[in-house]
Amino acid sequence: MSDIHDNLRELYQEVIFDHNRKPRNFHPMPEADHQADGHNPLCGDQLTVFLRIEDGVITDVSFVGHGCAISTASASLMTEAVKGRPVEEVEALFADVHAMLTDTHPERDLGKLEVLGGVREFPARVKCATLAWHTLHNAIVGARDPARTE
Amino acid sequence: MNARTDARQLALAGDFPILARPIHGRRLAYLDNGATTQKPDAVIEAERRFYRESNANIHRGVHRLSQEATELYDVARESVRRLLNARAAEEIVFTRGTTEAINLVAASWGRANLKAGDEILLTALEHHSNIVPWQLLCEQTGATIRVVPVSDAGELELAAFEQLLGERTRLLAITQVSNALGTINPVAELTAKAHAAGAIVLIDGAQAVAHQTVDVQAIGCDFYAFSGHKLYGPTGIGALYGRAELLAAMPPWQGGGDMIRTVAFEGSSFAEPPQRFEAGTPNIAGAVGLAAAIDYVQAIGLERIAAHEHALLERATAAVGDIPGVRLIGTARHKASILSFLVDRIHPHDLGTILDAEGVAIRAGHHCAMPLMTRFGIPGTARASFALYNDEADVDALVAAIHKGQDLFGTRGTTR
Repeated sequence: MSDIHDNLRELYQEVIFDHNRKPRNFHPMPEADHQADGHNPLCGDQLTVFLRIEDGVITDVSFVGHGCAISTASASLMTEAVKGRPVEEVEALFADVHAMLTDTHPERDLGKLEVLGGVREFPARVKCATLAWHTLHNAIVGARDPARTE
Repeated sequence: MNARTDARQLALAGDFPILARPIHGRRLAYLDNGATTQKPDAVIEAERRFYRESNANIHRGVHRLSQEATELYDVARESVRRLLNARAAEEIVFTRGTTEAINLVAASWGRANLKAGDEILLTALEHHSNIVPWQLLCEQTGATIRVVPVSDAGELELAAFEQLLGERTRLLAITQVSNALGTINPVAELTAKAHAAGAIVLIDGAQAVAHQTVDVQAIGCDFYAFSGHKLYGPTGIGALYGRAELLAAMPPWQGGGDMIRTVAFEGSSFAEPPQRFEAGTPNIAGAVGLAAAIDYVQAIGLERIAAHEHALLERATAAVGDIPGVRLIGTARHKASILSFLVDRIHPHDLGTILDAEGVAIRAGHHCAMPLMTRFGIPGTARASFALYNDEADVDALVAAIHKGQDLFGTRGTTR
């Protein structure tokens, strides 16, 4: 069994702190054509994801809200990862990220998103990392109810 | 009282086997007692002995084991009566816990007595379990809820309380100790005022019974609810105290075995309280375990426990409050056993994970008091809550772990 402090360093990598302190694409988007709210009532994390989708491609993405370092960094990293990519690719990416955060390692390299993998050792925190992704999914499919992870 | 001498006097951690379990290779500092307390050997052993030696259903067998189980269940009811200083054991209804006790009052007394235009007075300090049952009742009856606000320190605004209390007020439902902030409410004074206005009073004692002596006659309340598991007893058992005259006039809220006198398809008649409110086979082993827990705390003395915990709370308040970047949430003059706080630029959930790695167990979140968090404009807090087995080393571990969190986040010694 690996040491908890190693796991903690793996969870709170510098990239996470960086994105928590200075979240990217962190602003409302009045011209968004897709948006959805996400809420984790257990810890109070709350965010809104904004999208512009043109010809099946996410041309712009942003978010606002508040949450723990993991949820904020995950949302920030997500916006960087999906901007300019086709919706279908993004949905496949969500599945791979979800797999990485829970148990199985995805076959392909997820690049910068790999820093979120440290969450795996902290089952209680997986929902913090997935909230933004569930919300993104809801924004894409146009769900009316807020995404919830609890 | 000095925490050091009193901790030695109490010297009780050895009674709780789980406290010897290292967490992540470290000594466990269990500071999540507001959520649930750990159980002493006496409680674990009482449940085990019941199942190994006395288990049978109650109130229905002529055989030896059934009689024994019935006696143990009755003795447990008497233990709860003694804990709360109720006049009679018949005023004690066993429930699954505080939540079920409050739901019982809402479903039985509430549906029978409230109508459109009536008001239920709550406070901003309430736990969801003392809000939602009344909301459901209001939907059914047309009654409405009014809320006593709290100050920035987390104390009830007593002037507002007096203004809100009026001839429409039929019920005051109020917590004795706030689970999120630790504020102790002046429940006897508020009860007297509510009674003078003609209202009935229910007190949520979930966070009170383990931390101070409770005397329902001295408070003068009509109902008092608590959970065994926050009093070193098992989960799934708690009790409702109800004044005899009120219980006698209340209709059943659940139907089934054990709560009836006679049953016919033309109609049934119901047992007297407390059986009227205990349909079905109850949590007999839980009641036996709860009685053992009550014996345990009474042998130590709730006043000694209160003094010990108060000394720890004062030490923790000073030490945690002194850390640069820490903001205490809830600074009432009268507090019990609970320290809620925020650490600048570290979300409570991140802090909870980091503290856990140091063996320090706290609660992070809204503490089932979302309206109160909204009042303070925060999504949640980190909460350390103390019990009789905690000591100075636990407080020191808490402080050291917060420092570690600030080191990790690079915020040590800084304030915004």
